[in-house]
Amino acid sequence: MIINNLKTKITILCYLPLLWLTVDILLSNLGSNPIQALHIRLGDWALRFLCITLAITPLQTITSWRGMANYRRMFGLFTFAYATLHVLVYLSVDHFFVWQVIAIDIIESPYIWFGVIAYLIIFALALTTSKRSQKYMGKYWKKLHRLIYFAAGAVIIHYFWQLKGNLLEPLFYALIITLLLVFRLLVIIKSRQLARLMIPRGRLVETNNSIE
Amino acid sequence: MIIKTKKNISGNEITDPQVFRDRRKLIKALLALTTAGSGIGSVFAASDYAEPGRLAHNGLANNLVLTPKGLIQNYTNYYEFSFNKQDATKLAQKLPIDPWSVEISGEVEKGGVFNLEDILSGQTLQEYIYRFRCVEAWSMVIPWMGFPLGGLLKRAQPLSTAKFVKFTSVYLPEIMPNQKNDAMLDWPYVEGLRIDEAMHPLTLLAVGVYGDTLPKQNGAPLRLVVPWKYGFKSIKAIVKIELLKRAPITSWSGFAPKDYGFYANVNPSVPHSRWSQYSERVLGSGFFTPRRETELFNGYGEQVAGLYKHMDLHHFF
Ligand code: HEM
Repeated sequence: MIINNLKTKITILCYLPLLWLTVDILLSNLGSNPIQALHIRLGDWALRFLCITLAITPLQTITSWRGMANYRRMFGLFTFAYATLHVLVYLSVDHFFVWQVIAIDIIESPYIWFGVIAYLIIFALALTTSKRSQKYMGKYWKKLHRLIYFAAGAVIIHYFWQLKGNLLEPLFYALIITLLLVFRLLVIIKSRQLARLMIPRGRLVETNNSIE
Repeated sequence: MIIKTKKNISGNEITDPQVFRDRRKLIKALLALTTAGSGIGSVFAASDYAEPGRLAHNGLANNLVLTPKGLIQNYTNYYEFSFNKQDATKLAQKLPIDPWSVEISGEVEKGGVFNLEDILSGQTLQEYIYRFRCVEAWSMVIPWMGFPLGGLLKRAQPLSTAKFVKFTSVYLPEIMPNQKNDAMLDWPYVEGLRIDEAMHPLTLLAVGVYGDTLPKQNGAPLRLVVPWKYGFKSIKAIVKIELLKRAPITSWSGFAPKDYGFYANVNPSVPHSRWSQYSERVLGSGFFTPRRETELFNGYGEQVAGLYKHMDLHHFF
């Protein structure tokens, strides 16, 4: 019951950036280049939700609180939602579906390639988010969903490469994602070590003894 | 507000002399303002500029729609102050611009250090409505007040050895945070033109915009305007103009030579290494408006293509 309640609250929180953006549009609060501002803010939120999604498993490890998997799925879907809006704004609000200009823009802009790669991954993950496809895909599901780290890396490149040199903001996100990745790698290494320490040690001692 | 027609855009629209006679006063006041720096601003408050959305000049064969003043004043790169346009605009207000002097030196007969008023005294200020295309793929239409650079250079009597012109921006690290922090570019900011580009009648030194003196964030008190090149060529707050035998190393080109060439002519078929230059967002246009397709030389090809007749524009970008 409490969990449910919390989940509703968090869901509402996840919609707030969108609400805030809508208010800013209605009040013409988006500055001198509102199309770019709108586009950038959606991209930023997609990236933030991606970071939050990636942070869930480490949080689970630290707090040893199970029941967070639901949140991971939810944040993942919000990542997908904001990324989709980001892409839709690019196609409609910015380019008004002039496909020839869009095609040239994408082909000639390597930084957008990485946005597209990230989006394709996020799209695939959103498609296979259900418990049913998780069961159906078996071990491949986990493999597929590990691609989220590639998506994160692609978004970081997508971000870095569009700038002329003022790299502080993407650096911040790159750092967060690296930390989260390093944490997971450490956990994996640690658990392998633990496994090795726990099982073979007894025998090792024995053989040592027998040598003596 | 889309600029639909791609043809028939004349190079510059100099204000009709009739209109201009009335504005003479204004220019005098402008001069007074640049030198005396006191509250004459309100004199030109009621100017006859077209509202955004209307054509800049009725009856003239052009369809440049002026970018609203507020956008011009609030959307400008000034990396000395900040990499963020809004912050740069705020911080730029601290720039002291009065008094101001400009050194003219190098391969010239009559060099020296001149007060801004001396620089302006021999020139006729006029209004020039130009397109402005930033390398970041946005654009504006700006009514500059200024005079052709060529007139000033001629007064200094360039020697036949003068092949290039180097411009240097003000260096004030105490006021410009990114200069103080040595951030990114080599400071002060430097730009350059070939002598024939500098002498071209479209190339301006601007002292004003929208009938008023230049706002500080837009490059006050004196900036370059080269409408067929990307905006970063149009250096702000100029303190030095040198005529040189060789091409200077300019700030962006020195920082990332693969991305920013010396020429930096607007060219939709030469992309930046990381993004396309094929189209541009015209600022002031609404949501769901297609981008403008960028034109070679920003639409000024008729006037300037001759300068690059035998050059491979993909190599000399
Ligand atoms: C088809 C896929 C995509 C396209 C075409 C695309 C396009 C763009 C473009 C054109 C910009 C530059 C905006 C500007 O400065 O004018 C941008 C910025 C950005 N995009 Fe994307 N994008 C895509 C996918 C993504 C995805 C999947 C994410 C994140 C999950 C993302 C996050 C961002 C971020 C964080 C920025 C920078 C915002 C800032 O400057 O603060 N993009 N994108």
